[in-house]
Amino acid sequence: MFIPHTDADRTAMLKTIGIDKLENLFIDVPARYRFPALNLPPALTEMEASAELQTIAQVNESVHELACFLGAGVYNHYVPAAVDAMIRRGEFLTAYTPYQPELSQGTLQAIFEYQSNIAALTGMEVCNASHYDGATAVAEAVNMAHANFRGKRLKIILSPGLHPQYRQTARTYAEGSEIVFLGDDLRADLQAGPEQLIPLIDQDTALVIVQYPDFFGRVYDYTKVAEAAHAMGALLAVSVNPIALGLLKPPGFMDADIVTGEGQPLGIPLSFGGPYLGLFATKKEYVRKMAGRLAGETVDNRGQRAYVLTLTAREQHIRREKATSNICTNQGLMALASTVYLSLLGKNGLRQVAELCFHKAHYAAQAISALHGYFLWSATPFFDEFVIQTPKPVSEINDVLLDHDILGGYDLSHDYPSLDRHMLIAVTEMNTREDIDQLVEVLTEVSDG
Amino acid sequence: MGEPQLCDISVSGRQGISFPQPDVPLADLPESFLRDDLPLPELTELDVIRHYTRLSQLNYSIDTGFYPLGSCTMKYNPKINEETARYPGFAFTHPLQPIETVQGNLALMYSLQEWLKEIGGFAGITLQPAAGAQGELTGVLIIRAYHRARNDTRRIKILIPDSAHGTNPATSAMSGLNVVELKSDPRGNVDLDALKQECDDTLAGLMLTNPNTLGLFDEHVEQVIDLVHGAGGLVYGDGANLNALLGVVRPGDLGFDVMHFNLHKTFSTPHGGGGPGSGPVGVAAHLVDFLPSPVVTIIEEGDEDMPPLYGFIDPPKSIGRMKSFYGHFGMFVRTYTYISMLGPEGLRKIAEHSVLNANYLLALIKGTYHLPYDRLCMHEFVVEGQWADAPDIHALDIAKRLMDYKFHPPTNYFPLIVHEALMIEPTETESKETLDTFAEALIKIADEARHNPGLLKEAPHSTPVGRLDEVRAAKQLVLCCDVGALDKD
Repeated sequence: MFIPHTDADRTAMLKTIGIDKLENLFIDVPARYRFPALNLPPALTEMEASAELQTIAQVNESVHELACFLGAGVYNHYVPAAVDAMIRRGEFLTAYTPYQPELSQGTLQAIFEYQSNIAALTGMEVCNASHYDGATAVAEAVNMAHANFRGKRLKIILSPGLHPQYRQTARTYAEGSEIVFLGDDLRADLQAGPEQLIPLIDQDTALVIVQYPDFFGRVYDYTKVAEAAHAMGALLAVSVNPIALGLLKPPGFMDADIVTGEGQPLGIPLSFGGPYLGLFATKKEYVRKMAGRLAGETVDNRGQRAYVLTLTAREQHIRREKATSNICTNQGLMALASTVYLSLLGKNGLRQVAELCFHKAHYAAQAISALHGYFLWSATPFFDEFVIQTPKPVSEINDVLLDHDILGGYDLSHDYPSLDRHMLIAVTEMNTREDIDQLVEVLTEVSDG
Repeated sequence: MGEPQLCDISVSGRQGISFPQPDVPLADLPESFLRDDLPLPELTELDVIRHYTRLSQLNYSIDTGFYPLGSCTMKYNPKINEETARYPGFAFTHPLQPIETVQGNLALMYSLQEWLKEIGGFAGITLQPAAGAQGELTGVLIIRAYHRARNDTRRIKILIPDSAHGTNPATSAMSGLNVVELKSDPRGNVDLDALKQECDDTLAGLMLTNPNTLGLFDEHVEQVIDLVHGAGGLVYGDGANLNALLGVVRPGDLGFDVMHFNLHKTFSTPHGGGGPGSGPVGVAAHLVDFLPSPVVTIIEEGDEDMPPLYGFIDPPKSIGRMKSFYGHFGMFVRTYTYISMLGPEGLRKIAEHSVLNANYLLALIKGTYHLPYDRLCMHEFVVEGQWADAPDIHALDIAKRLMDYKFHPPTNYFPLIVHEALMIEPTETESKETLDTFAEALIKIADEARHNPGLLKEAPHSTPVGRLDEVRAAKQLVLCCDVGALDKD
């Protein structure tokens, strides 16, 4: 499959090379290991492969069949048809990283517009061309802060309300360094707000990382945390849900130094965990410390406005072991998807989606917390996700919900032993009032049963 | 020319999509948290479609022409892959759903793990890494963890040949290891004497790209691996160039301890203008316990009536998590589709024809372009883009002039060990006719270099934009649209 050569082509080509058979191209490969028999299924035609993949896909139950109240970092939002139509264009889809700007102005201008949109959304001055996802964007923030202080400040303070997988990823990335993480151990008071982090900040602190809204859905103003960090010379990073920023004051207005985030809600399908989009924005003064690619505006030799990858001297292909990060391939196509998404929605559309999520989540929270045995865990303002203390283990409740074609919320006991019987429920514009009422009804049965 | 920026075409009050009115009572918005401005452009759907369609038309892509970028494996990306990855059962499943509701996804991931083990000759696989560079970081952290688990903490040195990709040293530095560069011998192999000198008890490992970035299969690969193993080190394989080896040799059989695959190169998932990639990592038996968490496994065996139950496990000495969830699942579906359609014979044909195409193209141009290492190449090769009788012409000029012949240029100025390098990888999906036309263009450009060098110096002439002022881009540093333009009504 996918090879155009005819027998005549092969014969002519081998003759030009000056060898008599294909196998002789591989004389440098140790003979005893050459041409192993691979134990793989025999080849299928496209028609057969299409059917087989359809069969596998149908084994799953998707959020088309289930009413989804599961979030915990990735969310079921509507993806406008125009988004996929644009990212499927072969000219975007099958292009490489735009190292040759004369042949890549489409990709480069799209990156430039992505940078513009994300900077505007987060309230920051500059944004890079993307990281892999929300988790690795946090790990890169740690990396950047560590490098900013030339490795002399070793403490990174993590809010316990930062996504558990982001905290795990940051720790894996820092494994080869002397960085110490604190703030999110079992002694942390999960009910407390971010002020509990302030006493931990000292002159050995490089970075404080919080989430907005936090993993439990709560919305805090981090201005005081930023002040406390800056007073000690440290930086503040805020990991965001970008949809929330359609409604809420962005971290840039709280004087955050770095804003990261999971860009999946901006027009990217759930796709069982990826590919997603790592957002990364910062202040202009740190632009040379930031990893990742950047598209900049310039002119060409004909005097036209044009775009090119810039400040590449920070990157691995030039700096090698002295680079700010090893990142090379990023999430170009997903960044394009988010740019098309934000362009379609504009400021009013994004605000509308954010408000829909807000109102529906509050309707659900109010109805559920009115039920016997269910309590809203926190009185702090929230956006579209909230924690409910449940009368039974969350896994038992979710089994019952699933019988009613409802995908229940996230079981927080997986990550927080003290939050046994606590469910994190997400509501988006995709959940109708009927979905929510049905959820409430089944939860009532569970409680009574 | 000049497609306007979104900010320039925004008109206050326009919107490209609308959403339903709320069907629930409105709650009080948290006044103190509300933002009062959101400087995003306002456009209709048609504005957006025209803008991005026109932008796309400024791009060169595999779908529009030959893209022989060395070490990037710009092969045709089959359209069926784009269909299967969008089947609702795949595209609309949440990563935290109960495993009972996503057995199709887990079965697919399990099979893909098994297939990659078989293709690479490894005992275990993680699908988690997001791209090649993250696969490298995963692999190097595994090597580090292996030595530490044996209380062998002196091993902090990692050897990297001078022909390696920049990600190799960058990754090693991120992992806290000390990078020592190894020179290549006159035939483009690892220099065995240089290697022997570094094989001591501080050696953590060697990162080896094989075939290397010169497109050459190391003639002493078994000796190289034996030397590293003999000193107690491990060998990391950079799988960027695996396209040449599918069904030809399994790196695990050669003794590689760990290797990343680039699904976006070898297995035809699209490059997307810079990603997403996908960089699964294979390991030998002694490293399986160190793989990142989680790994897909069978948690209850099946029988004639019941399929097995798939689930996740955390390997006992895992290095931890590399990213959210399980990796770029959408890329796994594409790769699974691709391997399904190739089978074992099809995979071997890919390697054979990618190597055939590279050697054929090399044979056509090697009388015209100097070849620093004159051997049979694998899937790619490197020539010099300069001539003694046209000293003002550089590889960059040749690359830019190729654009006027409607080709994407090869990778240039890499690998660093070749003067004025042009690194050419045609891939197996290109026909003899395309290679002939490309070789003709290269030969014609060599002639122009002598007789009309201005043509090259000022190239490209036929692209939407000419050569760019890169110094200005870095000095003035304009990285965002002027949102002031959005204020107009």
